[in-house]
Amino acid sequence: MEDADRDFPGKVRPGDIIVAGKNFGCGSSREHAPIAIKGAGVQAVVAKSFARIFYRNAFNIGLPIFESPDLPDEVEEGDEIEIDADGGVIKDASRGAEFRAEPIPPFMQGLIAAGGLVEWTKKKLASR
Amino acid sequence: MNITEKILAAHAGKDGVSPGELINAKVDFLLANDITAPIAISEFKKIGAPGVFDRDRIALIPDHFAPQKDIKAAEQCKLMREFSKQQGLSNYFEVGRMGVEHALLPEQGLVLPGDLIIGADSHTCTYGALGAFSTGVGSTDLAAAMATGECWFKVPEAMKFIYYGTPQKWVTGKDFILHTIGDIGVDGALYMSMELEGEAITELSMHARLTMCNMAIEAGAKNGIIAPDAATEAYVKERAKRPYVFYSSDPDATYVDTREYDCSKIPLTVSCPHLPSNTKPAEELSDFDIRIDQAVVGSCTNGRLEDLREAAAVLKGNTVHPDVRMIVIPATQRIYRQAMEEGLFGIFLDAGASVSTPTCGPCLGGHMGVLAAGERAIATTNRNFRGRMGHPESEVYLSNPAVAAASAVLGRIGTPQELGL
Repeated sequence: MEDADRDFPGKVRPGDIIVAGKNFGCGSSREHAPIAIKGAGVQAVVAKSFARIFYRNAFNIGLPIFESPDLPDEVEEGDEIEIDADGGVIKDASRGAEFRAEPIPPFMQGLIAAGGLVEWTKKKLASR
Repeated sequence: MNITEKILAAHAGKDGVSPGELINAKVDFLLANDITAPIAISEFKKIGAPGVFDRDRIALIPDHFAPQKDIKAAEQCKLMREFSKQQGLSNYFEVGRMGVEHALLPEQGLVLPGDLIIGADSHTCTYGALGAFSTGVGSTDLAAAMATGECWFKVPEAMKFIYYGTPQKWVTGKDFILHTIGDIGVDGALYMSMELEGEAITELSMHARLTMCNMAIEAGAKNGIIAPDAATEAYVKERAKRPYVFYSSDPDATYVDTREYDCSKIPLTVSCPHLPSNTKPAEELSDFDIRIDQAVVGSCTNGRLEDLREAAAVLKGNTVHPDVRMIVIPATQRIYRQAMEEGLFGIFLDAGASVSTPTCGPCLGGHMGVLAAGERAIATTNRNFRGRMGHPESEVYLSNPAVAAASAVLGRIGTPQELGL
């Protein structure tokens, strides 16, 4: 994250939500990216779109992410963001604006609920 | 259905699948390298499976920081080696017998047409050139698949790319794919399948097809794929040790977009810093006197024998510019031997280029040719993101092997034509 914002490591607080633009997480297959974001205490990431390997890695390690193609560029650092995961709605409380989020398919909600792919796979193997 | 949907459906035990559908599918082959395998191994242990699902269908390949560049890299490789021994994996490739993973596995016949392949490396999409569904995943995906032999997928939408016409001299698959990425952008095929076809693809050698599918991820794609044909059959029949299946798209398969390219008009193409989509005709760049410090020919994109031959054809009788370090990296041991036996090494050495043992090395700024601040390289690799080959203030230009070799001689970015070739 230092390449995007040099001060990010000092600023990020537990419970923060990252709001980003297109193709967030573009680069490689390395899981170190969502692990670091989750480890910094970030609660969720909202972006216009995600690079696909980042997208699946986030679900696999239990980092909630929301894709919102309508997300405007006006959302600013410090805005208070609320996410209604079930209803697929993202609210910018600081601006009184609402945006639609792509619904998370039940299978992936299950991955998040299980705590990620490792726990999900454990259960799957146990049920065999 | 299109070819990607057919392969996914077959591996999910379904008659059909459609875009957006989430499926659980059986995996034919999976791989990881010295960066991604250690996390996968640790997650695999957390899952607590009694053993891997099939010891013959997992490849662990130390290639990124191998030969082990420092103590940390040595520890990572050691962990892979010990896990491979403990699980009895038949496809662990040690230094001296290894290669850059995406060059090695097709060469060894371990990945085949009709396969569903996952790899903890973004360039796993390379094997689509054989008519396989092949995509990059994370280490946890890989851990789960090592335990179960299965992986979850969202069925992608597809874009079709049709290539026709006869390419100009020195123009090859690398130029086709750079030109395409320049056209659609680094997220132009995000989440999607890129299906490549047309008479110019039929005419392409397997090595150039592998180069093209290798870079599908640079357009954001989930996979790149080429329907297998006579050239595919000729390539795999002498290598395959298990049966394979040729799939092709139905005439009524649907695509979100179809693009056509007249290859006779595609120029020698260079991606300028700092995105693969920032493409320019090499000829135009000649006018700007873009001085280079390093030229790299190698990687999973362009480190195959034919790539080395193209570079050698340009270097023969020429000398690398005094201000340039030229590094040639055959992608596998077999390529290394072939290049040596057919005299390519002599040409490289006479020209003043260095020849390295197989490694990913400089492509990811790992070792064997890392750039200092302010330095500039031209490379046959796949990514030119900021800092990719070293210092954040260094620059990488991407090209085919002939353009990289010509630039090494000229000391600036230029074309083989400028050398009278």
